[in-house]
Amino acid sequence: MNWQEFFAMGGYAFYVWTSYAVTFIVLLANVIIPIVRRKQFLRQQALKQKRQGTL
Amino acid sequence: MFLIPDPIVRFFHRMASPPHFYALTERLMPWLVVIFLLLLAAGLYGGLYLAPPDYQQGDSYRIIYIHVPSAWMSLFIYVVMAVAGGIGLVWRIKLAEIVAVSSAPVGAGFTFIALVTGSLWGKPMWGTWWVWDARLTSELILLFLYLGVIGLYGAIDDKRTASKAVAILALVGVVNIPIIHYSVEWWNTLHQGPTVTKMDKPSIHVSMLIPLLLMALAFKFYYLIAMLQRARIELLSRERNAYWVKSMISLGAER
Repeated sequence: MNWQEFFAMGGYAFYVWTSYAVTFIVLLANVIIPIVRRKQFLRQQALKQKRQGTL
Repeated sequence: MFLIPDPIVRFFHRMASPPHFYALTERLMPWLVVIFLLLLAAGLYGGLYLAPPDYQQGDSYRIIYIHVPSAWMSLFIYVVMAVAGGIGLVWRIKLAEIVAVSSAPVGAGFTFIALVTGSLWGKPMWGTWWVWDARLTSELILLFLYLGVIGLYGAIDDKRTASKAVAILALVGVVNIPIIHYSVEWWNTLHQGPTVTKMDKPSIHVSMLIPLLLMALAFKFYYLIAMLQRARIELLSRERNAYWVKSMISLGAER
């Protein structure tokens, strides 16, 4: 089986690859969002501590 | 607690202590990610390349490798969420509350994936994107239950109270789980019956079954990764005034 045949998925390329793409995007987002939120939170708290420390 | 040996009690107290849990998740994370990626690679290779096309559905059936494991996860995570919520409700264990609420977005994600991939499979095979079939409708209700849990938790400022409310909603919603599972048997509509869980004689060939089970296992590890990432930020923001969080931040451990 060559690559072209593989990507064609027997004529069902749109349905198969859209399914896999949607899955990939949702799964990735569900990991990245909490990590970004944690970094933001830690940065904000560090700033807050610094302000309170100098006061 | 009598009957339970002391070391075991100590183990659970340590596990349920927020700083210990936070440090543990950090150490576990790389291992979980490696195991997940290996299982995912093996499952995708087996499912998309090695397994033969279906004799009736051709290559379109390959959606099964994400559709079915996602649908299983949507039910599994709901049960975990309800049980953890129940434990938090009865024993007021903070960590159980956090596991319950951190599971909701991951479960909602899998429910969404199951619905979308089902639709993308239904169009070429059934000739329609959507029907109000019992399986599809009950799965859609599951998505609304997850979204309800997320919304309710966000709407209540006091997170201990929010956890109680969410746990009750999650427990009431458990009634939907057997309905989803048995819907294809109770109502004979468009969605096909179970292929794999007929344990005595699954109606699927081994070369197709093994990648499916690998993907299911990969998704279990994914759930652990995503849920623990949610739990980490949830724990930090709830414990922001606790000594361990403050000292971690002042030490500059911005991880």
